[in-house]
Amino acid sequence: MDAFLHQLLSGLANGGIYASLALALVMIFQATHHINFAQGEQAMFSAYVALTLIQAGLSYWAAFVIALGFAFVSGLAIERILIRRFDGAPVLSVVVVFLGLWFVINSVAGWLFTYNVQAFPTPFPDQLGSRFLSAHEIGMIAMTLMTLALVFVFFRFTPLGLAMRAAAQNPEASRLVGIRVGWMLALGWGLAGAVGAVAAIMAAPIVYIEPNMMAGILLYGFAAALLGGINNPWGAVIGGLLVGIIENIAGAYVVGTELKLSVALVIIVVVLVTRPAGLFGYPVVTRV
Amino acid sequence: MNALLDLKQVAAAYGASRVIAGLDLAVADGGITALLGANGAGKTTILRAICNMRVRVTGELSFSGLSIAGWQTEDIVRLGIGHVPDGRGTFVHLTVAENLALGAYTRRDRAEVAADLDRVYGYFPRLKERVAQQAGTLSGGEQQMLAIARALMLRPRLLLLDEPSFGLAPLVVQEIFRILRRVNADDGVAILLVEQNANLALELAHDVYLLETGRVVMHGPAARIAADESVRRAYLGY
Repeated sequence: MDAFLHQLLSGLANGGIYASLALALVMIFQATHHINFAQGEQAMFSAYVALTLIQAGLSYWAAFVIALGFAFVSGLAIERILIRRFDGAPVLSVVVVFLGLWFVINSVAGWLFTYNVQAFPTPFPDQLGSRFLSAHEIGMIAMTLMTLALVFVFFRFTPLGLAMRAAAQNPEASRLVGIRVGWMLALGWGLAGAVGAVAAIMAAPIVYIEPNMMAGILLYGFAAALLGGINNPWGAVIGGLLVGIIENIAGAYVVGTELKLSVALVIIVVVLVTRPAGLFGYPVVTRV
Repeated sequence: MNALLDLKQVAAAYGASRVIAGLDLAVADGGITALLGANGAGKTTILRAICNMRVRVTGELSFSGLSIAGWQTEDIVRLGIGHVPDGRGTFVHLTVAENLALGAYTRRDRAEVAADLDRVYGYFPRLKERVAQQAGTLSGGEQQMLAIARALMLRPRLLLLDEPSFGLAPLVVQEIFRILRRVNADDGVAILLVEQNANLALELAHDVYLLETGRVVMHGPAARIAADESVRRAYLGY
């Protein structure tokens, strides 16, 4: 029973990471109807920024904050400089741009930081650990919950958050109340970048840092976003936690650790076949 | 009275198809101007051209003496032009309160915004009963009220209205037009009204333009237009 509880809780901890990444994906999807395949790589790069700063002698939390700032600004810049040029372009062109971005960021990271696997520090002291969860896992859960709460409060209770929701829902009406829709989209990209960076920095002590560290996590993030409903931020969060638990339990008792990643693919296929809108999403009907 | 909005030789096109050409049109400060014409005459396009929205516009457009040709929609709106477009431009997934808050998005005078909110709830008490309700679940008449209230929250100097009576019950239409008259009389908000219902428009407006396939065929005070034999036969049916 103890072993099962341990698997469950540590699945929940991983699930927080998937939830954050899924939330970042959903934030961009809601505003642009595109899946940002480069989300994981942006996050990985920000984690490297944090590591470089820590190695240069900065304190963990100072490096953390600067890395988040970097993630925000670079996300914003990617939208302003690159993505907005493909507004209204065919879906496949946009997908190719995202894939290109993936490989460019990945290669630049490899070139700058090498492909060597490195350890990443955790800021949480060992005393925090308990019988079921390590100190880092507990800290990770707290951090992701805090991130999600902050994002929620921002979108729900601030005028800027309201304007961003409006711009995502109805760009034309938003312009008619004076909202600068282009900047709202860029801001959304920046925020998604920062949320993704939290996920990568929290995941790095567990999976170690290397340029391909986010590939598996991104796959779980996709599964989480699809399971929860790609157009529902709450769904993405719950989907993330569910995927974390399913992955861990299945890895421990059903398919074994080697086949864990395929669980994500199974979830994606099952959701797409049986319930394409996800658990909490709503089907999108398009008039043709 | 001076012209608040002044269009000179304005043309507008969707892609290659030109919808209006050589249009001269003015809205007096504090006045109510109506655009009448059959479907496809270009009335909606004129409103879109003023806000540089969805159409390609050429010509001279000025608002309160300022040339706004080529400006972005959001910058034109910020000058004080409240636009209630066809389809109403409502945020259907947001609540009534959120829609109205967005109407005042560009304003920083919080106390005044709160006062204006009370005022639009005074105009449309039905909206106050539904503050927390999703806008998409309102009835058609309530949605039109919300759209107008949303535009008023901008504290506009000019209100552009695209067929506010469309699809609504006669009683609701009467109520909305009564409010529009009050807004114009009390606050001096100028109105440019596009309307299929010529009777309603002629009653409300001071000044009327008659459009046919993108051109102005007649223009004058509402009373004179209403008395014109050919207009009566073509638009009013008596």
